[in-house]
Amino acid sequence: MLKVIKNRLEQGYRTSKYPKEPIELYKRFRGLPKVNKKCETELVKRCADACPQDAINTETKQIDLGRCVFCGLCETLSQGEFAQFSSNFEMGTSSRDDLFTHGDLPALAEHSKKHFKKLFGRSLQLRQISAGGCNACEADTNVLNTPFFDLQRFGIQFVASPRHADGIHVTGPISLNMRQATITTWESIPSPKVVIASGACAISGGPFHGSSEIVGDLNSLIPVDLYIPGCPPHPLTTLHALLNYFK
Amino acid sequence: MANIMHIQNNERFNRANIPHLGFDSFRKELLDLAAKGGQIVQFFAYEDQGTYKLLAVMRQINKLFVTGCNAPDNFESLTADSEKFHMFEREIGEQYGLKAEGHPWLKMVRYHKNYTGKKDVFGNDYSEDIPGKYPYFTVEGETVHEVAVGPVHAGIIEPGHFRFQCCGERVFHLEIQLGYQHRGVEKLLQTVPFKRLPIIAETIAGDTTIGHSLCQAQAIEALADLKVDEGASIVRTIALEMERIANHIGDLGALSLDVAFNPPAAYFGRIRGEYLNLSQILGGNRFGRGLVRPGGVTHVMGDEQKQLLRDKLAELTPEVEHVNDLIFSAPSVRGRFDGTGTVTYANAEKIGLVGYAGRACGLPYDARVTFPTECYGDLPANQNKKIDGDVCSRATVRREEIMHSTVLINTLLDRSEEAASYIPQEVELAPDSFVVSINEGWRGEVSHCLLTDAKGDILRYKVKDPSFHNWTGLALSLRDTGISDFPLCNKSFNLSYCGFDI
Repeated sequence: MLKVIKNRLEQGYRTSKYPKEPIELYKRFRGLPKVNKKCETELVKRCADACPQDAINTETKQIDLGRCVFCGLCETLSQGEFAQFSSNFEMGTSSRDDLFTHGDLPALAEHSKKHFKKLFGRSLQLRQISAGGCNACEADTNVLNTPFFDLQRFGIQFVASPRHADGIHVTGPISLNMRQATITTWESIPSPKVVIASGACAISGGPFHGSSEIVGDLNSLIPVDLYIPGCPPHPLTTLHALLNYFK
Repeated sequence: MANIMHIQNNERFNRANIPHLGFDSFRKELLDLAAKGGQIVQFFAYEDQGTYKLLAVMRQINKLFVTGCNAPDNFESLTADSEKFHMFEREIGEQYGLKAEGHPWLKMVRYHKNYTGKKDVFGNDYSEDIPGKYPYFTVEGETVHEVAVGPVHAGIIEPGHFRFQCCGERVFHLEIQLGYQHRGVEKLLQTVPFKRLPIIAETIAGDTTIGHSLCQAQAIEALADLKVDEGASIVRTIALEMERIANHIGDLGALSLDVAFNPPAAYFGRIRGEYLNLSQILGGNRFGRGLVRPGGVTHVMGDEQKQLLRDKLAELTPEVEHVNDLIFSAPSVRGRFDGTGTVTYANAEKIGLVGYAGRACGLPYDARVTFPTECYGDLPANQNKKIDGDVCSRATVRREEIMHSTVLINTLLDRSEEAASYIPQEVELAPDSFVVSINEGWRGEVSHCLLTDAKGDILRYKVKDPSFHNWTGLALSLRDTGISDFPLCNKSFNLSYCGFDI
C-alpha cells in the first residue's frame, strides 16, 4: 500500500494542457511541410522522382499529405529549398483534395459538418478498426488513452462494440481480407455516423499502394468525413483533428 | 561440395556456391540438423528461371547453415518428423502451391492466391471471404463448448480470429487463425522500384520499425558493398534498444492492467510515450521511421541530442524501477502471473520459440549475442535466470531487458564517434547473390533473406518476423488454462499480427 502511495506521489499530475496551451515538439519532428512554390521545376522533379511515395506533383509543386509518409527525403535532397518539414502537427482535413498542399491547410474547425458538432460535440464514441495496418497508427491512437493525453476528458472514447459507437476510426490500407469485416462493422453502427481515415494507409494505401492484396483507399469503400495524415499520425495530430472537427 | 554450407550473418554469397541437393538428401540434412537442436531461420520456395526451388537457412548453437534443392510439386513433409517446420511448410504451400504430403496440420496461413497458378493446396478458389475452406480443430463431448473471437476485437488492436475449445472455463485447445492483415509485402518488395523498399520495411510491423529496417539495410549493404561508419552503427544500436524498452514498458503496463492493477498501467502508459519521444529526438519520428537507410542513418546524433537522451534516461530510469517494483511485489499480481500460461522447455524447443518468449522457457538464444551486428559484438549480454515458461517469466525477462538496454544505451552515448551526414545514393546490387540478415528485434529474431538474379534485380525477398514462430507458443500456453487468463497470456507474448500476415 505504501508503495502505491509513494509511486503516486512520484508520478504526480502529468496531463497535458493542450489545446489550452500550445505544445512545442522537438525540432526534428517532421510535421506539416512548408513548400516553396517558387522552387525551380528541375529540383522539384528531382524530389518527385526520388519520393518513395510518389507524393510530389512536379507541375503544381504540391505534396499529397495523404500519400506522404513524412520520411523527409525531399527536404534532404533539396536542402530545404523545395520542402521543409515544420514541427506543426495540426494536419487534419475534411476533404481529400485539401491534402494536396503547399503547406497551407484550411482551418479544420470551419469545415466540419455542423450537425456533427451538435450531435457529437459533447460525447463521441468511436469504434477503431485496424484493417491491414502495421500497428503504428493503432499504437499511437491507443496512446491517447494514457494520462498525458487523457482523451476521455474531452468526452471522446474508443468503445468495444460498433453498437455503442457513433463512428469508425479506420487505420491500415484495408487488406482484402479485412474488407468485409470493415463494411460489417460500419453497417453495425446506428446512423448518423462518422467515418475517419487515419494514416497514409487508410487515405491512399500508404507504403502498400499498388498492392493487389489491398483496397488501398477507405473512401472508395465508405465515404470518409475526416482525414488524419501521417505515418503514423502523431497522437497530437489525431487529438487536434478530433477536437477541431467535433468540438 | 558439402551438403550444407556454413555462412555468416549479413555475408554475401554467390548463389552458385549454395549446395544444391536432391530433395531426399535436402530433407535428411535439415532433419538431422533439427534433431541436433538446430532451428529454422528461413525456409522458403522461390522461382529461378522457370524452376521452383527450396532454400533453408538453419542455426545451430552459434553457427548458420544454408542448403537448397529443386522443389517437387508434392514433397514428403518434414513436419511429420519435426514440428519446427510446420508453419514454414504451410507458407510454402500457400505461396507456391507446393504441397507437403503428410503434414498433420496443412491449413492456410494468410489466405491469398498462390504466386504460381498451381492448384490451390487448400482447395480454395478465393471467391469466398477469408478463411475459405478452413477445417477448424474441434473437440467433441457433452460439456464441450466453443468460443469464437474476432477478427475485430474489443480494443484498439489488430485483427485475428481465435477459437477456444473449452470445458466450462477450462481451455482444451486454442486455434489462432490469422491472415486479416495480409498486404502482399513480399510480392511488393520483389516488384516495386528500389526507392520504396525502406518505407515498406519500416511498415512490416510498425512496433518493430527499427528491427525490420535494420535487417533490410544490412542485407542491401552486403549486396551493394556499402560501408556503415561507427557513428551510424551507434545510432542504429541505440534506436533498436530504445524500441525494445518502449515496447517492454508498454506491455508490462498492459499486463498490470490485465490483472486489474491499474496504477502501473497508467504510469507505464505515459512512460512508454516518453521513450517514443526519445526516438523522435533521435530521428524525428516516435517509431524510428525515416532513420535507418542502406549505408547509414539519416540523422547525426550530435551533442545536443546525446545530452537530451542522457538527461531523460537519468530521469526515467528510477521511475521505471519503482513502477516495476510496484508491479512485481504486489501479491495480487504475483498470484495471477505465477504459473499461468506455461510453455515447457521441451515444447518451446520443439516449436522453436524465439526472443523473450524463448528465453523465458530456458532457450538462451539472443541474436545480439549469437550473430552480433552493428555495435553488439563488444557489448555485454543479459542472462535471465527465471525460466519457468509462465507469464511471470516472460514479464521478468522484459523487466530485466529494460534495465539491460538502458545500460547499453548509456554505454553507447559515451562513445565519441559521430555518424557522417547522410547522402542518399544510388545502389547496385551484386548479381546472382544471396544474403541472410538477422537481428534481435524486441520480440526476437527478425530475419530478411534476399536473392538477386543475373541482372542484380531482387529475385526473392523473404521476410520473417519473430511472431511467425511464436504464435504457436501462445496457443500452447492456453492449454489447460482458464479462458479468463487469455488476455494475460496474450499480452505476455504480445505478438504481431501484421508481422505474421505480412
